[in-house]
Amino acid sequence: MKFSRLILANLFRKKVRLILTIGSFAIALVLFTFLAVVKSAFSRGTEIAGADRLVVVSRIGLMQLMPISHRDKILAIPGVKAVTHNHWFGGVYQDEKNFFPQFVIDPEYQRQVMTELVVPEDQWRNFLKDRQGAIAGARTAARFHWKIGDRIPIKTTLYGGAAWEFNLDGIYHSERPGGDESQFWLQWKYFDENALAAVKSTAGWYVVKLDSPDDAVRVAKAIDEKFANSSFETKTETESAFAAGFVKQFGNIELLILTIGSVVFFTLLLVTGNTMAISVRERTSELAVLKAIGFSGRAVLFFVLAESIVIALVGGFLGLTLAYLAIPVVGMALTGLLPPLILSKSLLTLGLGFALIVGAASGLLPGIGAMRMRVVNALRRA
Amino acid sequence: MAIPLVYNVRSVKARWTSTIVAVVGIAGTVGVFVAMLSLARGFKATLVSSGSADNALITRAGATSEMTSGVSLDSVKIIQDAPGIARGADGPLLTPEAVLMAPIPLLSTGTDANVVFRGVSPNVLAIRRQVKILEGRMFRPGLSEIVVGKNAKATYSGLTLGSTIGLGSARWQVVGIFDAGGSAFDSEVWGDAHLLNGAYKRPDTLSQSVTVHLASPAALQQLRDTLTADPRLNVDVTREIDYYAKQSTRMTQLITTLGGFVALIMAIGAVFGALNTMYSAVAERGREIATMRALGFGGAAVVVSFLIEALLISFIGGLLGCLAVLPLNGLTTSTMNFQTFSNLAFAFKITPLLLGIGVVFALAMGVLGGMPPAIRAATRPVATALREL
Repeated sequence: MKFSRLILANLFRKKVRLILTIGSFAIALVLFTFLAVVKSAFSRGTEIAGADRLVVVSRIGLMQLMPISHRDKILAIPGVKAVTHNHWFGGVYQDEKNFFPQFVIDPEYQRQVMTELVVPEDQWRNFLKDRQGAIAGARTAARFHWKIGDRIPIKTTLYGGAAWEFNLDGIYHSERPGGDESQFWLQWKYFDENALAAVKSTAGWYVVKLDSPDDAVRVAKAIDEKFANSSFETKTETESAFAAGFVKQFGNIELLILTIGSVVFFTLLLVTGNTMAISVRERTSELAVLKAIGFSGRAVLFFVLAESIVIALVGGFLGLTLAYLAIPVVGMALTGLLPPLILSKSLLTLGLGFALIVGAASGLLPGIGAMRMRVVNALRRA
Repeated sequence: MAIPLVYNVRSVKARWTSTIVAVVGIAGTVGVFVAMLSLARGFKATLVSSGSADNALITRAGATSEMTSGVSLDSVKIIQDAPGIARGADGPLLTPEAVLMAPIPLLSTGTDANVVFRGVSPNVLAIRRQVKILEGRMFRPGLSEIVVGKNAKATYSGLTLGSTIGLGSARWQVVGIFDAGGSAFDSEVWGDAHLLNGAYKRPDTLSQSVTVHLASPAALQQLRDTLTADPRLNVDVTREIDYYAKQSTRMTQLITTLGGFVALIMAIGAVFGALNTMYSAVAERGREIATMRALGFGGAAVVVSFLIEALLISFIGGLLGCLAVLPLNGLTTSTMNFQTFSNLAFAFKITPLLLGIGVVFALAMGVLGGMPPAIRAATRPVATALREL
């Protein structure tokens, strides 16, 4: 492009200002990506939920147990492919700060239901043979530097006994990006043998795998009807509806994050817009000269716009790189408090798009001003 | 000799557009910073105020919360006679409680929230003395009646005075609304412990926790020593206030980590904004500054003058930011506590201390943003600056 040298020369006329403006852009994008990533972490459960899975909990409350006999009755319902059942173990590993979810699982169907959580075949076989066996998610295993074969004591007060000991037989990975790799699985049989009498032969909740996701409404209704008017009524929802119920309880936290994000964006738009305006104003006479020697109004607008868009792009790119480097660090600080923070490609693209829009918008006003100005007036002013 | 202050005030006014930009940048940063801190503080205050120094909470040894605890009826009988517990007209002031989570729809979204449904003993108001009945009356023992916290009434549907609601296998009538002074209890529903156990088919011989009113705050040690030494018992005795403070740690940590990081990034952005404003102020006034120095004002005076200008801008920004978030004070919002999975309403709490921190934060940004331009102003050679157009 023949004007690129002119644009470059204009860009570098005030180096400090250039650096600061690019810096503001970079900071805005770091914030934008960070907030977007946190927001998605809050609602991760709904994003990764399987469309062909139902969650069955007790109608009277989340923590209420149901008899294990529900399992076979649910299996008998047409359209159900597999059923697994879980308990919330709620134990403490070394210190309360080391929180991660521990699930009692049903080894028979776990893998048919949770298809995206993959355990290597040999590790899974060892787990089945080992009554005190346990499988940990890759994230939790890495967090505590566990290796296969480690003995892991977990204290619980919920089910009797002080410390339960487990052998780490395997580590699972999630095939779906963003999947939960923080769980710790232990065997229902071992749990049932050692639990308090009131907890024996129960399940905390069931997860149902369907033959087809289209059947979800019908099967959910059939399950709830099966147990209606029994002592243990159920509430069946799709996995995403179940997760959404949790997310909605966070309530205004999400709104808060969005509000902050918009405040920040508005502020930064103002800052960069003002800088652009100043730099155009300073050069009024120069632009007038350009017009006087025959450049059209459009060409002048193009120069101003090109300058602001270049600044936006460089700043945006820098910000996204920074975010890419910083987010894993912050994610580490939030381990156990939030699901992992994941920076997706679509988010990066969106961020760059935002930078472009802000850049164009902030160059447009002073650019149009420069396009319309009358050469005579502008030259006289200088 | 110092440059008169009025010079700075006038120059701020003369370049009001770029001043406004810097002010808004700093105000936004301070606003977010104070809002985050007040949110964390409000959450913590809500839980901490739930506890009273006069009360002790007795749970199963090692339990991390009431939800994972259990105390048997036999243990309750032993605890009753322990020293250090205050006594009322009808015996020791203690309430063995059954705590569970009932799904009740949120008014805002219509989806279920996990509401704490607490079975208490009828004398609970003598133990938790901050709890007052606002409307209606206390439930009567043996009847399917409940009293509802004022935040619970405002947050969940079907909990107005006089209405009935199905919880567990029973239907309950709301006979009273209580005010627990902005504590976590305000988000709860209370009923008769025996009936609650019946409605949820739970053994009536097991409570989750026992709360006792101490004869004096100092009696805790005596009670703890007696109970933990008793071989028939396996319990932890915690001052109620400490128990609730601990329940708030995870959420508070989350809010402060997130908020701290956001405020840090925003602060860098705001410093950039301030730098930009002050640099252009210096650039535009090159001749002015040079004239002043030619008149005999020293370099230090110029630095101080520009710094004062930056501080003025940041002070206004800080003040505006604080003012902007002030209406949040007392605003009630609800979220789920990670540690108990129960839904909890709490209010933003903006204290004078927080506002002070916000203003200091703003001034710090002013110094960072004003110092380099001020130094540049003072070090430019007078002769070249005067010659400039």
